[in-house]
This record gives sequence, C-alpha cells and structure tokens, in this order.
Amino acid sequence: MSALQLVWFILIAVLFSGFFFLDGFDYGVGMAVKTLATNDEERTQVIRTIGPVWDGNEVWLITAGGAMFASFPYWYASLFSGYYLVLLFILVGLIIRGISFEFRAKSPAKYKHVWDTTLALGSFIVPFLFGTLFISMIKGMPIDAQGNMHATFFDYFNWFSLVGGVALTLLTYLHGLNYLTLKTVGPIHERSKSFAKLLYWVLYAGEVVFALLLIFQTDFMKLHPAGTLICLVLIVAFSVIAHVGVITNRQGMAFISSGLTMVALVVLLFQGLYPRLMVSSISSSYDLLIKSGSSSPYTLVIMTTAAVILVPIVLLYTAWAYWIFRKRIEMPAIGGSN
Amino acid sequence: MTIVSLARFQFAMTTIFHYFFVPFSIGTVFVVAVMETRYVQTKDPAYRKMTKFWGNIFLLSFAVGVVTGLIQEFQFGMNWSDYSRFMGDIFGAPLAFEALMAFFVESTFIGLWMFTWDRVKKGLHLFFIWMVFIGTTVSALWILTANSFMQHPVGYTIKNGRAEMVNFGALLANKQLLFEYGHVVLAALLTGATVITGLAAFQLLKKKRTVSDVNKKIYHKTMRMGMWMMLIFSLGTILVGDLQMKYLVKEQPMKFAATEAVYTTTGKKAPWSVVALVDPKTHKTEASIDIPDMLSLLTYGKTTGSVTGMKEINAQLEKKYGTKIGGQKVSYYVPVNTLFWSFRVMVGFGSLLFLVSLCGLIATRRGRTAMYEKRWVMWLFGLLTFSPFLANTTGWMITEFGRYPWTVYGLFTIAQSVSPNVSVTSLLISNIVYFLLFTGLAAVMIALICRELRHDPNEVEEGQLEKLTADPFAKGAF
Ligand code: HDD
Ligand code: HEM
Ligand code: HEM
Repeated sequence: MSALQLVWFILIAVLFSGFFFLDGFDYGVGMAVKTLATNDEERTQVIRTIGPVWDGNEVWLITAGGAMFASFPYWYASLFSGYYLVLLFILVGLIIRGISFEFRAKSPAKYKHVWDTTLALGSFIVPFLFGTLFISMIKGMPIDAQGNMHATFFDYFNWFSLVGGVALTLLTYLHGLNYLTLKTVGPIHERSKSFAKLLYWVLYAGEVVFALLLIFQTDFMKLHPAGTLICLVLIVAFSVIAHVGVITNRQGMAFISSGLTMVALVVLLFQGLYPRLMVSSISSSYDLLIKSGSSSPYTLVIMTTAAVILVPIVLLYTAWAYWIFRKRIEMPAIGGSN
Repeated sequence: MTIVSLARFQFAMTTIFHYFFVPFSIGTVFVVAVMETRYVQTKDPAYRKMTKFWGNIFLLSFAVGVVTGLIQEFQFGMNWSDYSRFMGDIFGAPLAFEALMAFFVESTFIGLWMFTWDRVKKGLHLFFIWMVFIGTTVSALWILTANSFMQHPVGYTIKNGRAEMVNFGALLANKQLLFEYGHVVLAALLTGATVITGLAAFQLLKKKRTVSDVNKKIYHKTMRMGMWMMLIFSLGTILVGDLQMKYLVKEQPMKFAATEAVYTTTGKKAPWSVVALVDPKTHKTEASIDIPDMLSLLTYGKTTGSVTGMKEINAQLEKKYGTKIGGQKVSYYVPVNTLFWSFRVMVGFGSLLFLVSLCGLIATRRGRTAMYEKRWVMWLFGLLTFSPFLANTTGWMITEFGRYPWTVYGLFTIAQSVSPNVSVTSLLISNIVYFLLFTGLAAVMIALICRELRHDPNEVEEGQLEKLTADPFAKGAF
C-alpha cells in the first residue's frame, strides 16, 4: 500500500465525517419538522434554520462520492452496483428532501404540509438507509472474485444492520435537536432541549446493543482491538458530553459533541475496514483491498494537489457563510414564507 | 428487456431530465445577475423587482437541477460499474473537482444570495449571485471534460485493463472540449435568455387590464434585455456549432455522415438534404429534398469537397476495430434517423431564435412599444420559450447516440460498460421509480412556475424574511 493510497482512504473517511457532521443535523432538523414543531409558524422557523446551508452540506456527500470514484474506482463500482436498491431509495430520500425547501416556499399555504411531509420522510430515509448500508458493509457482503456483489434481502437487512440504521437515525435526530437549540429562541428552543434530554437515554441503550453486535458480528475486535475499543469508548463519551451539554445548557458544546459522536462512528468503521475497502463474506481472498482498489499513482497525485489547495478554501467560505447566518431564528410573524 | 437496454433507457431518461434544468439554471442565473448588476449601477427599483421576480423562477429550476444531478453521480456506479472500473482513473478526477470547485460554490452562495437581501451591502449581494453563475459554468467545464474524453480520448494509456491518466493537461486541452464547452455554455445562456423573454411575453398576454403600467414597463425592459441576449447567444451558438461540425467530419465521421444521412460517399459537389426519408435497414435514402453544393459548403467552406458515406466508414471501422468486441458482434452504424432529425430540430430552432430576436430588436428600437401590443407576436415569443429545451435535448442526442457503439470512443463499448450484477428487476424498479418521480417533479414545477407568474414583479413581496431573524441584540447562536 502506498502512502497516497492511505491518504485517500483517510480522506474518504474525512469527507464522510464532514457529511455526517454537517448534513447530519439537516436530517435531524428535517425530521423535527414533523415531530417537534406543532404549527405552521414553528415549522417555518425550524426549516429556516437550515434553509441557507443544507445544500452546501449535501455537497459533502457528493464530494465523498466523487472522490471515491476518483481515488478508489473499484470500491465505487462494487459498492454502488452492489447496493443498487438501497441507493435508489437513498436517492429518492435525497430528492424528496431536496425539493421540499423551494417547493414549500413557493406553494400556497394549504399545500405546505405536503412538503413538510416529504422533508421529514426524506430526512428519515437517508440516515436510516446509510446506517444499514455501512453496517452491512463492514459485516461483509457476498462479493465474488470480480468484485461484483450478489446479495439477497437479508444480507442488506438483518438485526445488526437495522440497529445500525436506527442508531444513525437517532444520532442525526439528536444532532438536529442540538442544532435547533442553538439556532432558535422560543418554544422550539425549549422543546428541542427537553426532547434531547430524554432521548439520550434511548441512545445509550442503542449504543450498547450496537457495540455488542459489532464485537460479535464483525472481525473488528480480531483485527484492530485497540482502535475498535477506543472508538467505541469515544462514541459513548461524546454522547455523554453532549447530554451533559444539553442538561447544563451549554448548547455549543452539546452540538459539537453530537457531531463528534458521528465522526467517531465513521472513524470506527474505517479503522475496522483497514486495510480493506469491502469485506467479502464468501472468502477473505475476495476482499477488496486499499492497495488494489485505487486509481493510478498519477491520478492520486493530481487529486491530492487539488484537495490540499481546495479543501481549505471551501472550509473558509463555508465558515464565512455560517458566520453571516449566525443569528438565531425567531418564530415568523404571521404569513411568513419559506 | 436486457440490462443493457434498461440501463441505457435509464441513462437517457435521467440525463435528459437533468439537462432540462441545467441550461435553464445556468442561463437564468446569468440574466438575473445582469439585472441585479443594472440595479446596483442605476439604483432603479424596477431592476431590483425584475431581479427578484425572475430570481424566483431561477431558484425553482436550480432546486430540481440539484436533485436530478445527484442521480447522475450515483448512476455511474449503480448501472455502469464496469465502465466505472475502466474509466474511474480518468473520470473520477473531473467529477471530484466539479464538486470541490463548483458545487460548493454554487450551493453556498445561492444560500447567501437567497437569504441576505437588505442584510448585506448591495455590492456584496451582487457578488453572491455572480459567484453562483461562475459556479455553474465551472461545473459545466468539469463534467464536459469527462464527456469530451469519452468522445475523444486523450492523455491516457491502457494499463491494468483500464484507461489510466498520463497527462491531465491533455484532458483540458482536448479540442473536443473546446467546442463542446463553448457550444454548451452559449446554448445554456441562450436558453436562459429565451425563457425569460418568452415568459415576459406570456405575462404581457394576460388580460390587458390586469397588468398595470408599471409592470408592463418592467416586462418591456425584460424583453428588450432578453432579446439582445438571444441575438448574441444564438449567433455564438451557431458559430461554435459550425466549427464543431467541421471538427466532427475528421474525428467522428460516422456521426457526421449520419446527421446528414449520407450513405454512399458523395461526388465532388455534395448536396445538402433539407429533409430525407431514410431506411436504416437497407442503408438507403429513399427520398430527399436537396440543395445542391450546400453540404460541401457547410463542411469545408467551399463549393467542392466530397463527404464520405456511412457504408464506407463502416467498412473502415470494421477494419480498424474488428467486427467483434469483447466477444460480441458490433455494428458501427449509428441511429441515422435520430441523428438526422435531431440535427434539423437543433439547427432549425437556433436559426429561428436568431431571426426572431433580430426582428424583435428592430421593431422595438428607440423605445417603440407597438410590438408588445401585437398578440400574435407575443404568442410567438411565448411559444419559443420551449424551443431551446428541444434544441438542447436533440443536441445531446446527436452527441451521445452518435458515439454508438462506444461509451469511450474507440476503447470501450456500451455492452461492456454495464453492471453485470444488477438484475433486470432492479433496473425495472429504478426506471419506474425515476419515471414517476420525474413526472411528479415536472408537474409540480410547472404548476409552481405558473403560480409565480400569476404575480407581477411590482407586487413581489418585500422583506418577509426580515421578520424571521431575531434582533441583533439577542444572544448570538455561535
Ligand atoms: C453542461 C452542464 C452540465 C452537465 C452536462 C451535467 N451537469 Fe450536473 N449540474 C450542472 C451542470 C451540468 C449545474 C449547472 O451545475 C447544476 C444544474 C443546476 C444546478 O443546480 O447545478 C448541476 C447539478 C448537479 C449536481 C448537484 C450539485 C449540487 O448539489 O449543488 C450533481 C451531483 C451533478 N449535477 C452531477 C452531474 C453528473 C454526474 C453529470 C453527468 C452525467 C451531470 N451532472 C451533467
Ligand atoms: C447532460 C447532458 C447529457 C444528456 C442529455 C445526455 C444524453 C444521453 C443519451 C441520450 C444517451 C444515450 C443512451 C443510449 O445510448 O441509449 C447517453 C448515454 C451516455 N452518456 Fe450522456 N448525456 C449527457 C451528458 C453526459 C455526460 C456529461 C456524460 C459523462 C461525463 C455522459 C455519459 C454517458 C454515458 C456513460 C452513457 C451510457 C452509454 C450509452 O448508452 O451510450 N453523458 N447520454
Ligand atoms: C444552428 C446552428 C447549430 C449548429 C451548426 C450546431 C451544431 C452542433 C453539433 C455538430 C453538435 C454535435 C457535437 C458532437 O457530437 O461533438 C451539437 C451538439 C449540441 N448542440 Fe448544437 N448546433 C447548433 C445550434 C444549437 C442550439 C440553438 C442549441 C441549444 C439551444 C444547441 C445545443 C446543443 C447541445 C446541448 C449539444 C450537445 C453538446 C455538445 O456536444 O456540444 N445547438 N451542436
């Protein structure tokens, strides 16, 4: 394995971390539209908190996909064709969520609820299915010698992957609540806090189940015991810190920690996969490896140069945008759009 | 139904749908940015209202453009996994650059633009919209770099059973890209200009009483501006298209011969068929209306010069690449009728847009308004709204069907590209889901545009969003 291959393996993890940290709260907020807000004004207020930023956050996913295609084309090909229907419904989720913002803003009042529903539904589908996808992927899928996957329903959906799906959904939901606490005033602010306070107890239970399943259903403990344990501990620790933040009203801390919980989860998955990209349940000789799944050294050099220059610039103006939108959002006066 | 045919159907359906919104967004954001520039320069509130009004239409298009783009990125892996393995080393880089250099810019600045009216200085707000426009054109550059490689591979070597990049600069210096990018961006700008002019014309067709004088003035202004842009961009599109045509004769002669339905190599003086009845089974042109010498003139810029026919080209290609690729029999004939008629639709509308905008500008010179009162003229402009969409789609059909049987010209065929492990059932499901989704999106989109158009610019609500932000003294969130 060359250094650049390792760098790109890490960079893909970074991009997915960025995606879950940023777009993660968008899904939480999206779900909150139906589960937390109680009237039209509140829903508008909730949606307004992510209105200007959700699209930029989603680009982290697009970049992760593009970077995977560029740096590990064999991974991209096996994963995307293997998870065909799962990705189809992830796309459906992303689409019905993506159009809701603009369609809601331009719809007459009596149809706005349609777009609230698509927003909430899309925001639920995406993290749930990504959870099942990643978890079944680390457990191992029937991949043949050519790198093609021929999976059945229960390869995609089993207890382990479903727990993973629920856990990720819950994590994004809590992350969204913490974001709402941070970005709103009024009833929504209070309600997000009290929801989060309670839900963290559910999350703890979920994390324990998840950790046990991970230990017994994957080879992570056998291959990387130290890294796996550290990451599991970090996941729980960040959850606790976030919970404490919610209780003690340190809203920034709660938000950052709930984001870091998901980052720790991504790190857990990637360190466990290492040095593989995909695990074959048929035979470990069919595993897709970092060293054989990548692009040519030349392409990796080009890509690295671009990433080194461009990623800091992207981060700079993204931060600037968040700075411009730093104010908290109030309930709209009657008849507000968006 | 085979996986190849279903995957192809899906690719055609989803990209064509994506490409309804792409030029719509690129073009309208340009027009809107120009309007806002005029506002900042002149402080004339009419321009501000125009900006907001047409900006709303742009935002709708952008929203659908974004979500349909997602499908594009995913489907290379989902439907064309062997293609992705073969092309990833080359295709991946432009796609990743597109995300890093364009999508982040577009999405961030569009958010800033939408939500900061009156919140930041006018100049800064203007900067936001221009950044969005730049983002869209950069995005087009990268994706077309990948597409141009597929049309005309450069800067690569075949190693480890795949195409590997050896010269990144060559990808960007690809001549195919030069023409394709110019043609596509100009066509997109033409699309925006035509759509806005056309919609303004529709607005003027509303019952006269209901459009107030202030609004009428705004629409007149919009149309003047739009017609200027139509004139310039249609001319540009036509000129670049002509260059592209001359380039094609050399690089992809089969595509060229098909757009002109030339089966047998012509004599020194080649006639141009305006219309033709072609039978692709017997490889014969059964009837046609011809203009003498015209094809030589179009191809070589002079009245002599023969054009090689498809039969001869097919024989050459069979000699060069063989009659079997990857164990499968191939034919090098492309869908002649599709290409022939697509080309006529594209060129026809291109010329029409040029002529109509020229006449319109002459008729409305120096503040004349009589033309705006003529209902049939407004109907003409209104109906032309749809023409650039047809021209764009047919243009892509020429480019993409004309590449048959290759996905990467001369290197990799469509049959080799498809995902071997995806079942017909999965593909059927996804085709149906996309079809339903697209139908729904299109319907809602049209309904919402019509709803926007029920307002007039002078009534576009002002300052609603201001109420949504807490006062500056409230505790900051971050
Ligand atoms: C000539 C221009 C052009 C072409 C040929 C394509 N696109 Fe596109 N695409 C754009 C020009 C564009 C754009 C102007 O940048 C869009 C359209 C409207 C918009 O919102 O951004 C966009 C949006 C868009 C998005 C969403 C970006 C976001 O969230 O901001 C993705 C992921 C793609 N595209 C990917 C693709 C792929 C993989 C294509 C190849 C088949 C493709 N596009 C063809
Ligand atoms: C957005 C504008 C585009 C449109 C409207 C378009 C349209 C089409 C059409 C009509 C086909 C033919 C499907 C068939 O052969 O049955 C096709 C095929 C294809 N195009 Fe495009 N295309 C576009 C852009 C691109 C770009 C930018 C790329 C790559 C960078 C691309 C890659 C492909 C591939 C891989 C196929 C599948 C192989 C094939 O069936 O020919 N296309 N496209
Ligand atoms: C009237 C003169 C025009 C000529 C001579 C012309 C010529 C061409 C040619 C030769 C191609 C195929 C290029 C290839 O396969 O590599 C093409 C493609 C295309 N055309 Fe046109 N065109 C004209 C007008 C237009 C207009 C008015 C539009 C849209 C508003 C348009 C949109 C497109 C698009 C989107 C493509 C596909 C992308 C590309 O390959 O550039 N064209 N055109």
